Amino acid sequence: MNLAHVLLEIWLARFDILFGLGLTILVSFTAIVAGTILGISVGVALTYGAWPVRFIARVYVDILRGTPVLVLILASFYIPSVAHINLNALEAGIIALTLFCGSHVGEVIRGALQSIPKGQMEAAKSIGLTFRKTFVYVLMPQAIRQAIPTWTNAAVEIAKATTLLSIIGVPELILTTQQIIGRTFLSLPFYLMIAILYFLIDFAIERAGRYIDMRVSAAQGTVP
Amino acid sequence: MSSVLQIKNLHKRFGQLEVLKGIDLDVAPGEVVSIIGSSGSGKTTLLRCINLLEEFEQGEILIDGKAIGYRMRDGRRIREREAVVAKHRAMTGMAFQSFNLFPHMTALRNVMLGPMKVLNLSREEAEVLAEKWLDRVGLLERKHHHPSQLSGGQQQRVAIARAIAMNPKLMLFDEVTSALDPELVAEVLNTIRNLAESGMTMVLVTHEMRFAHDVSSRIVFMNQGQIEEQGPPSELFYNSRSQRLSEFLGRTAFKR
Repeated sequence: MNLAHVLLEIWLARFDILFGLGLTILVSFTAIVAGTILGISVGVALTYGAWPVRFIARVYVDILRGTPVLVLILASFYIPSVAHINLNALEAGIIALTLFCGSHVGEVIRGALQSIPKGQMEAAKSIGLTFRKTFVYVLMPQAIRQAIPTWTNAAVEIAKATTLLSIIGVPELILTTQQIIGRTFLSLPFYLMIAILYFLIDFAIERAGRYIDMRVSAAQGTVP
Repeated sequence: MSSVLQIKNLHKRFGQLEVLKGIDLDVAPGEVVSIIGSSGSGKTTLLRCINLLEEFEQGEILIDGKAIGYRMRDGRRIREREAVVAKHRAMTGMAFQSFNLFPHMTALRNVMLGPMKVLNLSREEAEVLAEKWLDRVGLLERKHHHPSQLSGGQQQRVAIARAIAMNPKLMLFDEVTSALDPELVAEVLNTIRNLAESGMTMVLVTHEMRFAHDVSSRIVFMNQGQIEEQGPPSELFYNSRSQRLSEFLGRTAFKR
């Protein structure tokens, strides 16, 4: 195995790798954004919902969090087809990861909202704010500040979990790489390369989380 | 003159425990009423009922002659919708023992929030109003500070400005100096004294007997969920009729 040969094979596989990388980023991004929106609603339902709403949200969160991601991915790939809903592997994968992300973010938001002192709500009420306005201007800004570090962890977990989509045939970075290795037999260099790529994705999310945390803290006058 | 606040036969219970057992109280415009009594006598609960932070089972509270929080429908007493309750709450301002400033906003933004989001003033109008009240409590130069950068006394003064900027018909003060270091108490009491002298109608729950004596037009002594005795400070502090009030005053540091 000489270096020139390895570099040549990497060069030949460049479009495949970029495609896989692009798909990994796309799936991660979609699942994190959609999962965060879902998670915020779930967190609000868990904290302030009437009991039936709270109960449904609680069941959702507990089931999703108590199930391995791989099982969720397989379930969302195979179960809908039983009901004659045809999802392709990519759609099924994004749905599974979104639901998974939503359950984690839901718990994060619930924790953050519940940690806000009761006096905040009372002070807002006493100046005549409705619940909706209290939530928007008083509670959520404080909860977000509180939730960002844990949210970042959840986002990194989702990015890592995209690797599991290779099992149902989504040609993301892992599957693409395995196909290249099947063709070239250069397992070590290619695995090393994607290990670096995954590290860079997670590192970028981590930095993005820190950056948002810093900006929010500065705006709210709190030291991160 | 008609009363700003009228409380009629107010009852409030927490489960089995009845904390307010039929309170009747009228407060005239410009009056400063201090409620005193030992802890557990229901003073704070009464104040929280007036601000609709607690629900109550029986009786009525009227602000400017208008019943708040509940209305009658088909002979049954029902709680008003949340938006209506919010409107009713805006008629009274409240300052809390623990300040409860919004930590993610500057002093100025804390005071501006209500005028902008409840009174629907423009940002510019709200800012002018907020600066006026921050100036009144002596904190205009601190307007861009966050609560964490202010002392307890300063936080409480911002909280008072925040409540008053809503132009309430009645101000409620719930043990506003209890959480403060002794050397910070005076600045807050002076702020309240200034407001009292400007004609603001207010009801205070306080443990500062000397202050209550000096600032109030009337003292209300509560005991076990009832008003035991009330009257002008001179009468209540020096010629108390009830044995319990005498005992209570004896336990406090009030020097006759």
